[in-house]
Parts: sequence; C-alpha cells; structure tokens
Amino acid sequence: MPDMNMIKSLNSALSISLKDNPNVVIFGEDVGYFGGVFRVTEGLQKEYGPHRVFDSPLAEGGIAAIAMGMGLNGLRPVAEIQFADYIFPAYDQIVNEIAKLRHRSGGEFSAPVTFRTPAGGGIKGGHHHSQSPEAQFTHTPGLKVVYCSTPYNAKGLLLASIECNDPVIFFEPKRCYRGPFYGDPHNVPTWNGHPDADVPEDHYIVPLEQARVVREGSACTVIAYGTMVHVAEQAINDSGIDCELIDLQTLVPWDRDTVVNSVKKTGRCVIVHEAPKTSGFGAEMSASVQERCFYHLEAPIQRVTGWDTPFPHTTEWDYLPSPQRIAEAIKKTQEE
Amino acid sequence: MTDRLTATTAPYSIGVPPFRPGEEADFGGVFKEQPGDLWRPDPATCTSDDSAPHARGLLRVLNDAGEAKGEWDPKLDASELIQGLEYMMRLRIFDDRMIKMQRTGKLSFYMRSFGEEAVAIAQTMALENQDWIFPSYRQPGAQFVRGRDMVSMICHCIGNTEDNVRGRQMPVHYTYKEGRFISISSPVGTQFSQAVGVAMASAYQKKDEVCISWLGDGTSAQGDYHYALNFASTFKPPVILNVVNNQWAISTHANLATGGRTFAERGLAYDIPSFRVDGNDFLALYSITKWARDRASAGMGPTHIEVYTYRAGAHSSSDDPSAYRPNDEAACWPGGDPIQRLKDHLVLIGEWDEEKHEALAQKIDDEVMAAYKEACEFGDLASGPYPPASTIFTEVYETVPWHIQEQREELGK
Ligand SMILES: Cc1ncc(C[n+]2csc(CCOP(=O)(O)OP(=O)(O)O)c2C)c(N)n1
Ligand SMILES: [Mg+2]
Repeated sequence: MPDMNMIKSLNSALSISLKDNPNVVIFGEDVGYFGGVFRVTEGLQKEYGPHRVFDSPLAEGGIAAIAMGMGLNGLRPVAEIQFADYIFPAYDQIVNEIAKLRHRSGGEFSAPVTFRTPAGGGIKGGHHHSQSPEAQFTHTPGLKVVYCSTPYNAKGLLLASIECNDPVIFFEPKRCYRGPFYGDPHNVPTWNGHPDADVPEDHYIVPLEQARVVREGSACTVIAYGTMVHVAEQAINDSGIDCELIDLQTLVPWDRDTVVNSVKKTGRCVIVHEAPKTSGFGAEMSASVQERCFYHLEAPIQRVTGWDTPFPHTTEWDYLPSPQRIAEAIKKTQEE
Repeated sequence: MTDRLTATTAPYSIGVPPFRPGEEADFGGVFKEQPGDLWRPDPATCTSDDSAPHARGLLRVLNDAGEAKGEWDPKLDASELIQGLEYMMRLRIFDDRMIKMQRTGKLSFYMRSFGEEAVAIAQTMALENQDWIFPSYRQPGAQFVRGRDMVSMICHCIGNTEDNVRGRQMPVHYTYKEGRFISISSPVGTQFSQAVGVAMASAYQKKDEVCISWLGDGTSAQGDYHYALNFASTFKPPVILNVVNNQWAISTHANLATGGRTFAERGLAYDIPSFRVDGNDFLALYSITKWARDRASAGMGPTHIEVYTYRAGAHSSSDDPSAYRPNDEAACWPGGDPIQRLKDHLVLIGEWDEEKHEALAQKIDDEVMAAYKEACEFGDLASGPYPPASTIFTEVYETVPWHIQEQREELGK
C-alpha cells in the first residue's frame, strides 16, 4: 500500500464518511468542483454529487450558521474554513450558538458539526495565513478541539470528529500537509517512508480525548501538537536528552492523565505551541501539571511558544519555536 | 407532498458557471448594452429609483468600435487619457515582472490585477488627492495614480529592509499613507464597512473628502458588505462602494455564490443610487466615479457601483484556473482588454499610434527593471537582508509592554 500524505489521508476520511453516512455533507469555499485550495476535498464532488459536496458563498459566518442549521436538523455537516485565520467571521456562530446549543436547549437540540481548518505557520503566509487560534476555541465550553499532526492521526481523528455528536473544531497543520516539518525551512521532506504515512485505506478511529506518546523517555516530558510535534522531536534528538514526547491530538477535552503520569515519571515538563504564549493552551496545561505534579517537579515547567505578537511574514523563522529554542528549554529543565 | 418529493430528488439548487474546462467558452461576442442606453441623472438630486435602470443595465462610454458616446462621456483631454493608459500599462508590466520574480523564488507570493487594470486607476484618477483609498488586494494600481515609487512597492513585496511594513505582511499588502492609501488586509471585505467609518469621520470633521472602497463579487457575500450598505444608507456619508464583479472568487463563479439579480441592484433595496458599469471601459469608470464624488461632496451621501469585469489571470500565484474554467474564457469575454480598448480609442481620435505605444511600453519596462534592481539592493527573499527580527516586537502597541520586551530579549535578536 502506498504511503499517504496528510491531504490524501484527510480526503480518505471524508470519502469514507460520505460513503458510510448519507447525512454527511461537505461544504466551504472552493471545496466543491475544485476540491479545495489545499486539494483536501479533491474528487469528492465528482464521486458523491454536488448536493453532498458543494462550494459555498464566501462567508464564514454563513458557513457556520448553515452548518448548525443542518446539524440540528439531522445532517452531519463537515464544513471547511479555508484558513483558520478566516474563522473569525464565524466566531459568533461557533462560540455563542453552536457551542451552547445543547446546553441552552436543555439537551433538546444539538448539532454534530465538524469545522476543518488549516492552521499554523511555516508557509510564508504572514499575519493572516499562519495563525494558530486553538486557544480561542479551547476557552469555549461546548466545543471539542482537535489538532492533528500526521497522515495517520489526521484520518483517524477526522473520522472520530465527524462521528462525534458534539461540535468539533479540527485544526490541520498546513505546513505538514505534504510532509513533516522539522524546523529547518530548507529541509522539505515528503511523508513518503514516514511510519505515520502508512495509512490504512479502510475506516479506523483515533479516539478523541487521547494523547499519543510519540517517544518514550525518562528525563523530561515534552508536550506538543500540530506541526510542533515534529519540531519538538527534532529538538529532542538534537538535545541528546532522553525525553518523552507527547502529541496531545485532542486539546478539549485533553488527555490529562497521560500528561500527568508522564510528568510524574520524568519530573520535568516542556510545553510547545506556535500560538502566542499569553492565554495560550500551554498556560492551561502548565497550571494543571503544576496542580497535579507539584511534588514530582524537579524544575520549573517551560513554555516554548510563538511570541505575543502578530505572526510575521519575512521573519517567520524567528517567530516559530525552533528546535534550538525547544532544546534550550529542555536543557534548562535538567539544570537542577 | 409532491413538492416535497421533487425537493428530495434535487434537494437544493446548485449553481453552475457558464463554462467548465473542456467546454468551449462563448459569451456571444459583444455586450448587448450600448453607450447612450442610460442617461446621466443630476448627481445632486438623483434618487435610488432614478438609478434603477442603471443598476440593471450596463453603463458604457466606449462602444465596440472604440468611440466615446453618450451623456456619460467624461470628455477628458488627450493628455489625461494618455496618462490613464500609461498607468494601466505600468500596472500590467509591473505585475508581469513581479509574477516572474515570484516564479523564480524572489517573492513568496503575488497577485496581479490582470484584466482589471482600469478599475483602480480610472476610479482613483476621478477622485481628488485628499480622498481616501480603501482597497482590496486587487487595487494596488491606485498607488501609481497617487505617485508611489515603484522601488518602495517592490521592497514591500520582497519584504526586505526597505519594506515600509517591515516584512510583516505578505506581498501585495501595501500601505501608503502619503497617498491616503489605507493598509490592505487579507481577511476579505473588512475594508468595506471600515470605509463607511472613514467617510463618517471626514463628514464629522467637515472635510471635503470622499472614501472609496472595493470588494469582490465573492466577498460581497460577507457580512461586511451588508454592514457597509446599511450604515451608508443610514448615515449617508461621502463614500463610494464598489463591488468588483470579475465573476470569479478563486474557483467559485458568481453563479454558485448568489441567487440574486445584478450586484448593483442590491444597493437599490438600501435606497442607495446604484450603477452597473463596464469595468473594462476606462471612460465609463472614470465618469461614474466622478459622478459619485460630485454627489458625495454635494452632501448626498453614498453611491454603490458594480464594476463588471473579468479576472483574466489566476487568482494568485498559488492558483491554476485551468482546473476550473476554460483557458480561453478571458479572451472570449465581451468586455475585452481595458488597455487595448483605451489604446484603440486614442488611436481612433488621432492621439496615439503603435510606435508611441511600443516606445512607452519599452520605457516602462526599463523603469520597472531598474526599480526591481534597485529594490534588490535592499535585500532579496532568497538571501536577505531582511528587516531585523526586532521588528516582530515593535508597533504591536504604541510602546513595547514588559512581556513583549522580555520575549524580545529571549529571542536575543
Ligand atoms: C475572510 C476570508 N475568507 C477567505 C479568504 C480566502 N480568499 C482570499 S481571496 C478569496 C476570493 C475572493 O474573491 P472575490 O471577492 O471575488 O475577489 P477577487 O479575488 O475576484 O478579486 C478567498 C476565498 C480570505 N482572504 N478572507
Ligand atoms: Mg471576484
């Protein structure tokens, strides 16, 4: 079986959902005839017809609202927001409406909607094609928030998200669509030959709410998600320190047990994300780890994140957490 | 019940574009609307009802033979026409050079105005220098009219040490305060309602200023389009709101994204005089914009314009339109090429010839090349130098707060 890149594996998940469930519909800007600007929905309209896979008007607020309406009336929409940076016109619909529908209606109504959206930097996208806005959704009760990192977990997590009866914001690290990113912009590998590109053709689930231990280790726990999983892996290799690397996969509800057990074992913790530090998801993890692991911690928890600034264009490699910065943080945890 | 059954076989309506790849594009050759079809109401008294035929029709000045006809002929001097031609040629040659740079890795990204050169140029020329330009990424051409230096534009696109936005934004996201050209933002449509606020501020300060803004056919689906029209209709500030209907929003044809009538007609429901204009007709664009400005400075408020054109090129350097429309569609579209049409007109009235045209094209090409070389001296994308990394941390706030200062020190650059 040939390896799949993340675009192919996501496409496979969508195709399986369409095939298995007649109530699944897919829409968003340019997703129909053209198959999406990142080609994730390529071929699906042709195979499943224009009523199930269609181009929507250019209005994210409309997309979100229509998805909610469809979702509460029996369908299972999978809507694409072309870039996570463009999810904000839909923010009111997602945060005030979709997220609260089940609760505010006393459980009478709910909408099983999945929003897929490419996020993160590393493509010279400047302010508005690079952001990683997960924290703006993890702070909203009622939403599940997922962030995939490899072709394998992308497919399994997307199928789990679509099958989930709660609304899911599904972030796809666009820098990793065609290959992993190890923090060196001049090194552009494909997924070919990567163990996580060995993706089954058939249906499978990577369960939500479960983190993935990418690499076991004893000296320090490194937690990351999305593109930063690969950058952190590189940093760990560079540091020569025996770290345990955890790919969070689901941010809400997150797999606190896996993280806490790991930190109890290693006594050290480094948290990595490319979103800004202030009120980033790392703050939540750091606080929880401190609450649960205080007596096991041998060193202060380190956060390596994007800066508290807009995402730059030309200088993006100085913005994104680099293997060097992560390795330094790991070393810092070893000092005492 | 029968209705329901029908509804189930075709659950909802899905639009189709005129043509798809493999089909032969044929728009019937010429526009049926002709110059002279539509009268020119008095801008100081025109009501939205008066403009209803204009919102349904197509306002033209240049006919298919290249003659200027009808009441809307702005009767520009030959020198002004040649100036307009020069700006449009400059924009096209500039765009072509930039896209070549992008293809050879010298820019990270680029977007051309190909086929739509008349829009920003004719409309900006019809305004006064104190008027505000609030563009989308498809109107960089307005900067030529406002006198921006090409070296500075190219430095921005490269994101080098002389980029006035310090490498922070993607190429084509120009900002040029001196020319009252407000910073371009990627999230589409946001400028449209902001422009209404700019115009309200001008009115509040009793300044004779107008604000002009544009957004695309696709973008007119955004809330910001409707906010703009409703606020403009409510407060009647001096604003000119243009929907550039180039028929495509990336791969999505307007037929797939609206079930309405013309874009212009939407303005009528907001009681704003609304016009549909031939967007490849320099004279018609100039004329309607001047009309709208006259109306605004007479205190009569907003004008809504659909600029009917065709996106002749790819959406951006990341796009390949052959995947969703026939390659020759642009050539078949009746609106033709705005540069060719103005050139033909100038030739027809005896003010221009092939020799002058070639010489001008050559001159511009040399100037663009020279500007490009000069810009590269301040750094190119492949090898730098770039703006210092410290620019990440500055101008986030008026002064750098402690937490950002700390992060800057942590980066150590
Ligand atoms: C809010 C938002 N959503 C999506 C995008 C991605 N995008 C950029 S341009 C574009 C199409 C715009 O089409 P149109 O408004 O017709 O303008 P044109 O490109 O034709 O000039 C899309 C979907 C964006 N920039 N902003
Ligand atoms: Mg368009």
